[in-house]
Amino acid sequence: MDCCDTPAPAAARPDDLRLAIVGPPNCGKTALFNALTGSRQHVGNYSGVTVERKAGLAKLPSGASIGVIDLPGTHSLRARSPDEVVTRDVVLGRHHNERVPDLLLVVADASAPRSGLRLAMELAATGLPMVLVMNMIDIARHRGIEIDTNALSETLGVPVVTANSVRKGGLDALHAELDAILARGVPEPGPNLWSPPDAADLRLSHRAADRLIARAVTEPELPDTLTNRVDRVLLHPVFGLVFLLVLLFVMFQAVFTWAAPLMDLIDAGFGVVGGFVAAHVPEGIVQSFLLDAVIAGVGGVLVFLPQILILFLFILLLEDLGYMARAAFLMDKIMGGAGLHGRAFIPLLSSFACAVPGIMAARVIDNRRDRLTTILVAPLMTCSARIPVYTLIISAFIPARHVLGVLSLQGLVMFGLYAAGIVSALGVSAAAKFMFWRREPSPPFMLDLPDYKLPRPRSVAIGLATRAKAFLKRAGTTIFAMTVLIWLLATFPFAPAGATEPPILYSFAAMIGHLLEPILTPIGFNWQIAVALVPGMAAREIAVSGLATVYAVGGDSTSALGAILAANWSLATALSLLVWYIFAPQCISTLAVIRREAGGARWMWLTFGYMFVLAWMGSFLTYHLAVLLGAG
Amino acid sequence: MMISPQPIDAASLPGHVPEAAHRPLGALHRGFSGHVFRILPAAHSNTLPAEEMERRLIELGFVEGARVAILHEGLFGRDPIAVRVNGATVALRRREAMAILVS
Repeated sequence: MDCCDTPAPAAARPDDLRLAIVGPPNCGKTALFNALTGSRQHVGNYSGVTVERKAGLAKLPSGASIGVIDLPGTHSLRARSPDEVVTRDVVLGRHHNERVPDLLLVVADASAPRSGLRLAMELAATGLPMVLVMNMIDIARHRGIEIDTNALSETLGVPVVTANSVRKGGLDALHAELDAILARGVPEPGPNLWSPPDAADLRLSHRAADRLIARAVTEPELPDTLTNRVDRVLLHPVFGLVFLLVLLFVMFQAVFTWAAPLMDLIDAGFGVVGGFVAAHVPEGIVQSFLLDAVIAGVGGVLVFLPQILILFLFILLLEDLGYMARAAFLMDKIMGGAGLHGRAFIPLLSSFACAVPGIMAARVIDNRRDRLTTILVAPLMTCSARIPVYTLIISAFIPARHVLGVLSLQGLVMFGLYAAGIVSALGVSAAAKFMFWRREPSPPFMLDLPDYKLPRPRSVAIGLATRAKAFLKRAGTTIFAMTVLIWLLATFPFAPAGATEPPILYSFAAMIGHLLEPILTPIGFNWQIAVALVPGMAAREIAVSGLATVYAVGGDSTSALGAILAANWSLATALSLLVWYIFAPQCISTLAVIRREAGGARWMWLTFGYMFVLAWMGSFLTYHLAVLLGAG
Repeated sequence: MMISPQPIDAASLPGHVPEAAHRPLGALHRGFSGHVFRILPAAHSNTLPAEEMERRLIELGFVEGARVAILHEGLFGRDPIAVRVNGATVALRRREAMAILVS
């Protein structure tokens, strides 16, 4: 295939052209995609097929724009896991929802070009026109690796450019090449000669890659040993594990302590707004709506934005550094004992942020059994939506003391809750292994350990901004809607004339709460908690705004929610609710994504069922134990 | 682990040395450095068919003649291992590494 000599076909409008970014995992595809498309990007889901792909529009210097899709990373078209299947299907034109791209942008990591070059050679067989991008060229040069793009271009017969997605002007060569291709007209695809390679083909392709690398890539005399030196500590059998534990511990302490000043600031802001409303809006239904639903409810959840961002900051930094694969390496044996694959560590760690992306990240696990186990236990990992609930109860019931001088007791309890989530996830997967898969040997564990790279501030910032936007959007839509619903239920119907009790006791909320009481009394919950738990199905943190609204409408709007709870609940009830939230079968989005990713409603119901049973039994035991110990 | 005694194409490989000098990578320790001699997956030891196992190992870079070195080991049972192969580092379990004969 030689793009340069092909006669230009009738020029298609550039807007209709589709450029697909393909490359091995971890070669900077997404950064390249972001740099190409700027902010003109959106994340979309394929209906039916379970994969997220990004699509956007790239503006070229000539003024033309071209459609770009970012496909999941893969080492070859011999797809094994569901995310790789999407890439294969799109490239081979088998995807039911996406036409064959007009042009492939094959991305290779210039600092470790082998897998990218092999993929490019394999993709050449599909006959699609392509441009090879040697990405992260700055890192390669820094490490003393030199790339002869002319030699690559001659051997492969495709245009080759170098790129650096994070520096200004780093895409100039790519832009110029794309403009040149558009000016010539994108060549027609050749015949598709690709077929699944056997072992002999793979050996040949390796030899071909060896020859290509020998011809076009000059590696430094002394290879980069920094990664190896760092790994001598971080992958040390003992220190490595200790480091991982300390890292997780610091992460949770940070979530609790670093966020505090910012949270106080947000809280104070809402306090000022609340005071203004109370002073200027006449008392009545409108004031109650603004104070009890909007400010107490939505404000009560927005306060947690700093904590969620700190957690995501850690996860994004670890991902960009290349530490996640190391964590999987260190944890493989421990997780393997519980019937989990080492690779499951990454989806499970993302589940600390939110189970939904965590469950979707399980697509990188190629074995179905391993993927299912990971999906089933992912909701047990403490997602960020539990943070508001945990924080509220911990700060109301656990004294703000220091243990051993430096460790905050509240932080310790928080760490304990996270640990409980992890231990129960391991326990459940061990039980699943014992019950369903006792006789099968475990599938292989093979994983690339990429060289360490310094995180790019820009890509971390983009990641954080995306999470913040998603959280704010959720607070403005789902959480707001649910809070309004709770407010309505707690406000209507009005108390009958001459009623002696507070009006909320006559409301729908009280009725629902009393209806659920028989199930929840044995575990120490009152009807106010019951009212807050039901809409919590939509999003866990709604329980906080729900409680805020219920108690605010109930007349307790003078003090902070934490103080109200401390006055109204026993310690046993508080502990019981904490334990409930370790397991609570929520939220609806998680259950829906389990159904989609596991491929069946029965997996969703199985998850809901086992989590409900664990939550109820755990809370029951905690409550009664606490009462026995005198905390009732 | 059973290793089939008949080499198929090993004799034609460069640097061919007698069978006795070849050990499975999965039985070696940190600090080992050598070359891949053959890929010989045993069908009964894995969830994957031997042919598929062979392809996956090749895709990771374990091709005959490639330089390999064991860089790191896990804590429990010294498993898994991190292996430098062809300029990249990959992690795999010892059980899978048994299929890689090195010299």
